[in-house]
Amino acid sequence: MWISKKPDILASEITPREVFEQRREFIKAAGLGAIGAALASAGLMNSTRAEANSPASGLQKISDFKKTPYGAGETLTPYEDVTSYNNFYEFGTGKSDPKPQSRLFKPRPWTVSIEGEVSKPRTLSIDDIFKIAPLEERIYRMRCVEGWSMVIPWIGLPLASLIKYAEPTGKAKYVEFISLADPKMMPGVRAPILDWPYVEGLRMDEAMNPLTIMAVGLYGEVLPNQNGAPMRLVVPWKYGFKGGKSIVKIRFTDKMPLTTWVRSGPTEYGFYANVNPTVDHPRWTQSTERRIGGGLFSPRIKTQMFNGYADQVASLYTGMDLRKNF
Amino acid sequence: MAAPFKPSSLQLSWIKRVLFLLALLPLARLIWLGMHDALTANPIEFITRSTGTWALVMLMLTLSITPLRMLTGVAWPVQLRRMLGLFMFFYALLHFSIYLWLDHWFDLMAIGKDIAEHPYVLVGFTSFVLSIPLAATSNSAMIRRLKTRWKTLHLLVYPIAILGVLHFWWLVKKDVSEPLVYVLVLAALLGVRLWYRYRPASQAASRKPLPTRMPKAG
Repeated sequence: MWISKKPDILASEITPREVFEQRREFIKAAGLGAIGAALASAGLMNSTRAEANSPASGLQKISDFKKTPYGAGETLTPYEDVTSYNNFYEFGTGKSDPKPQSRLFKPRPWTVSIEGEVSKPRTLSIDDIFKIAPLEERIYRMRCVEGWSMVIPWIGLPLASLIKYAEPTGKAKYVEFISLADPKMMPGVRAPILDWPYVEGLRMDEAMNPLTIMAVGLYGEVLPNQNGAPMRLVVPWKYGFKGGKSIVKIRFTDKMPLTTWVRSGPTEYGFYANVNPTVDHPRWTQSTERRIGGGLFSPRIKTQMFNGYADQVASLYTGMDLRKNF
Repeated sequence: MAAPFKPSSLQLSWIKRVLFLLALLPLARLIWLGMHDALTANPIEFITRSTGTWALVMLMLTLSITPLRMLTGVAWPVQLRRMLGLFMFFYALLHFSIYLWLDHWFDLMAIGKDIAEHPYVLVGFTSFVLSIPLAATSNSAMIRRLKTRWKTLHLLVYPIAILGVLHFWWLVKKDVSEPLVYVLVLAALLGVRLWYRYRPASQAASRKPLPTRMPKAG
């Protein structure tokens, strides 16, 4: 059983001792001087960082979840990188903004309203959601539309179990996910960079796919604020922006939701946003990606169709022109 | 009114030395951050952005020497302009080298495709290529040899600046507030020049004629 408690020290404030000491040692060993040595050290540093996969963050541990075979053999992106390099415009547009800017964010108490085409609209607390289905760990690749990627050990429940619990009617063809937009706790919302609140959506069959999860934690702990606490969507075969964070409303509709990024740039961002190395973003390439955590000297890697999940999801798009439905 | 400050040649040589060290600080910062594992989760993006930003800053400083003279009559900083221009080239060269090496590992096919297919890469690349002849002709011997053609050649700094700022504008995903700063600064720097050129005769007469625009050799 999991009890909400305000941590008196934040994840961001703690560097695990081993990492800290390894860094010291390395700096001494590297010595000061040539640029080459400095650059090399940055590259090597990341390998010492990669060993620090236990968060030691002070966030609440999630005690009860089952491991799954997803992501076997993948190298996890270090916790530090997963929680310090985030696109979460509600906390600022820089990727290092969300961590410091979300310190005062309160992910509890939290309620989620279920509305639209459902037999009975209702409001759930985040603790209710934790109990809908057994929590599972899913290690997924996450590919950002900007051309970088991570491997993250999420904890969550299949979105399908949440949807079954919500009892949508036969008219429900799409699900819309609406994020919190509270200018008091989310400084980024005060700037009209995007149309707030952030809206994302899925087709019903995409939402019901076993890969799609509502994540409530990562690295064995509840989600840090900057990663979308207390719950966020994770759709691993789509670009990261499809994963709405800090969700407060789930609405079932018969029409395709007008999502935030589609509204902001319809020629650059589509509703589907499936990871696809053969369809470039109008301004940059999508054929390769940079895996975060590799350091200065790790080359780009090839981006895979549907982010490598084609076996599980390609059939959802049979007969569709993915160049048009990007 | 007191005569405006004009450094002696000894003072000027000290000003140049200090400026040289100041202009190296952004590089020193990157090295320091690199040694302390503080180049963020995406170090390549970070050093690419940083060197690109500093190339733009150096370029804006280079372009501010003439407006300063037009607005205040202070002419001696023109003797710092070559160094500022070369530092712009230095950071642009680092920026381009990082792209070529760390980002793409000299994969010329991928790089060629990137330049041809993505306008922001194309304008950035063009801006860099145009700056090569300016850096190559920045020494005193070339200034003497090319005479008035040198001045014509170095008008390339304007397209370089416009393309450089456009490069930044086109690469940001949504929040253009940072590139907007460079757009406004560049517009102001070019605006002063236009104003000066077409200013009313009464204002033109009230000011001293400008000293020669050619930088002194040496």
